[in-house]
Amino acid sequence: MQNSLSSEVRADARVSATDEVLRVSELKVHFPIMSGVLFKREIATVKAVDGVSFALNRGETLGLVGESGCGKSTTGLAVLRMLTPTAGRILFEGADIAKHDAAAMRAVRRRMQMVYQDPYGSLNPRMTVRDIILEPLEVHGLADDRAAARARVDELLRLVGLLPDMADRYPHEFSGGQRQRIGIARALALEPTLIVCDEPVSALDVSIQAQVVNLFMDLQERLGLTYLFIAHDLAVVRHISDRIAVMYLGRIVEIARRDELYARPLHPYTQALLAAVPVADPEVEAARPRMIVTGEVPSALRPPPGCRFHTRCPSAMPVCKTIDPELTDLSNGRAVACHLHAPVRG
Amino acid sequence: MSTPVLQVRGLTTRFRTDRGELTAVDDVSFDVGRGETVAIVGESGSGKSVTALSILRLIPSPPGRIAAGEVIFENRNLLELDNASIRDIRGNKIAMIFQEPMSSLNPSLTVGIQVAEPINEHRRTPWAAALEKAAELISRVRIPDAQSRLASFPHQYSGGMRQRIMIAMSLGCAPSLIIADEPTTALDVTVQAQILDLLKQITQESGTALMLITHDLGVVARYADRVIVMYGGRIVETAPARELYKKPRHPYTVGLLTSVPRLDGDTRRRLIPIDGQPPDLARLPAGCAFAPRCRAAVARCHHERPKLEPVSPTHQKACFADAELVVQ
Repeated sequence: MQNSLSSEVRADARVSATDEVLRVSELKVHFPIMSGVLFKREIATVKAVDGVSFALNRGETLGLVGESGCGKSTTGLAVLRMLTPTAGRILFEGADIAKHDAAAMRAVRRRMQMVYQDPYGSLNPRMTVRDIILEPLEVHGLADDRAAARARVDELLRLVGLLPDMADRYPHEFSGGQRQRIGIARALALEPTLIVCDEPVSALDVSIQAQVVNLFMDLQERLGLTYLFIAHDLAVVRHISDRIAVMYLGRIVEIARRDELYARPLHPYTQALLAAVPVADPEVEAARPRMIVTGEVPSALRPPPGCRFHTRCPSAMPVCKTIDPELTDLSNGRAVACHLHAPVRG
Repeated sequence: MSTPVLQVRGLTTRFRTDRGELTAVDDVSFDVGRGETVAIVGESGSGKSVTALSILRLIPSPPGRIAAGEVIFENRNLLELDNASIRDIRGNKIAMIFQEPMSSLNPSLTVGIQVAEPINEHRRTPWAAALEKAAELISRVRIPDAQSRLASFPHQYSGGMRQRIMIAMSLGCAPSLIIADEPTTALDVTVQAQILDLLKQITQESGTALMLITHDLGVVARYADRVIVMYGGRIVETAPARELYKKPRHPYTVGLLTSVPRLDGDTRRRLIPIDGQPPDLARLPAGCAFAPRCRAAVARCHHERPKLEPVSPTHQKACFADAELVVQ
């Protein structure tokens, strides 16, 4: 009870705050496909992210959802500059980091960290938990005082619900859920502002997912963290996010506050996505209207002309085949890229 | 109700490992009625997939072995058949669909040959006629251009299309039971809905029973008539789907239902996680496998294994705790 009340208060405080941590505008990440032996030439381009814009306020969680190939993970990697954007701006705490070189990025990276999907592949099996968590501190020259660094590791382990005496064990001695906690402790070591979480619970057993989701929410409350939460599970995203952006083939098709998006999805793709997710209640399921989109996501190599969703859209109109709809702001911080909601003028 | 299409009695499957022999499926009994969709739910290590594989005797041996039990299908115990006879059942009267369609399809054979093969093999239908039947089946799983698709190869298909091919292949000999093991776990959510709707519709039309193995409680709610919940190699609860969701009686089922966020759930409510970790099959506790994580556990739960017992004519659970206390 205490928790839910304080999170409401927090959400209200957020609306008035204009403390923007991240603003991404017109972000593009294109991957060239090369061919040839001696003279490489570009034969095609995969436009993995193709003009994505969104903003994130301090203490807020933005959910980024979409099916495989929509560009959600690439967006996350570009924000952290683990990929170099082809175009666009990434304003992080006021500075455009899109063109930062490696040295300039190192200074920024302390404040932006990542939690990965695979709790098995993302921890070095030959390092102890202590060394894993110490590594970011060492890289940034913050572990010179060994006693203080030790104490910091103990503190981080407690923060994520593990015990300090586990620090000298190796990753294989831990379960998937515990490993994900270790990954979170490592991400928190440098006291970041922003954490990009890429499918952080999808590799975990269902009974363990709730433990990690609750941990993310508790940490946000205690440390004022800002999350970019990338996931394909729409129920998990709904639970943890304040706002949600839906991506399709490299574009954001709709962005809205959580409750509005789920109660009244506007883009036909958002509607299809929500309708496809079954609710764990047979009586609710029996009464739910079914809307099944046909086909699968087209190749990102050759996205359809016009609106990229028109090939699968049950409401497609002639205009959708030729004119790509812009992401248009509606009221209440909501934006949608669809001709049904922002008719082409003229 | 007529005789069930499948009766599993006391099925027990063990695996030898370097940490000793572990029991992956422990004394499991259930029926699948004609045309019924039965879901087996559980997390990794619950024994749901090993149960399915044991029914068709697809357990690699060694290290695995079916240590006890009966699987009665058409008045015969499948566990006692010779190899030729069980081969004649697989892909014929009982078909199986796996999670990863790419590794279940042969990359070097055309789709047409793979869909036609069971028809040729089990029904002795000549190849030309079997291929014609294959084209029919491919269009039945709503792949356009079926005739010209016969000559294509699996790599030319997307994940969802490959799973449609798997369904077409399973239908070839008009099976009375299809076992689908996490058939859509590798697919995107809009494609998952297409594939499961197709599977449900086709099995309903033809009166085929469907055994759906999944970890997804939403999928179960949408498609299953009856649910079997497994934990640590045992059935902990079974009931008709509506009854199970409305009145879950086992603390593990209750825990699953309250720990998973729902699309229509109350977002102000905190998720109630199940504490602890899924059990290590090599070191199962003496009593109930769920007891170490159970909020309702009493002393008895830690040293004695509860049997699956009826709480109503259609509903069974394996739990000593007071049902009312469990549901709160």
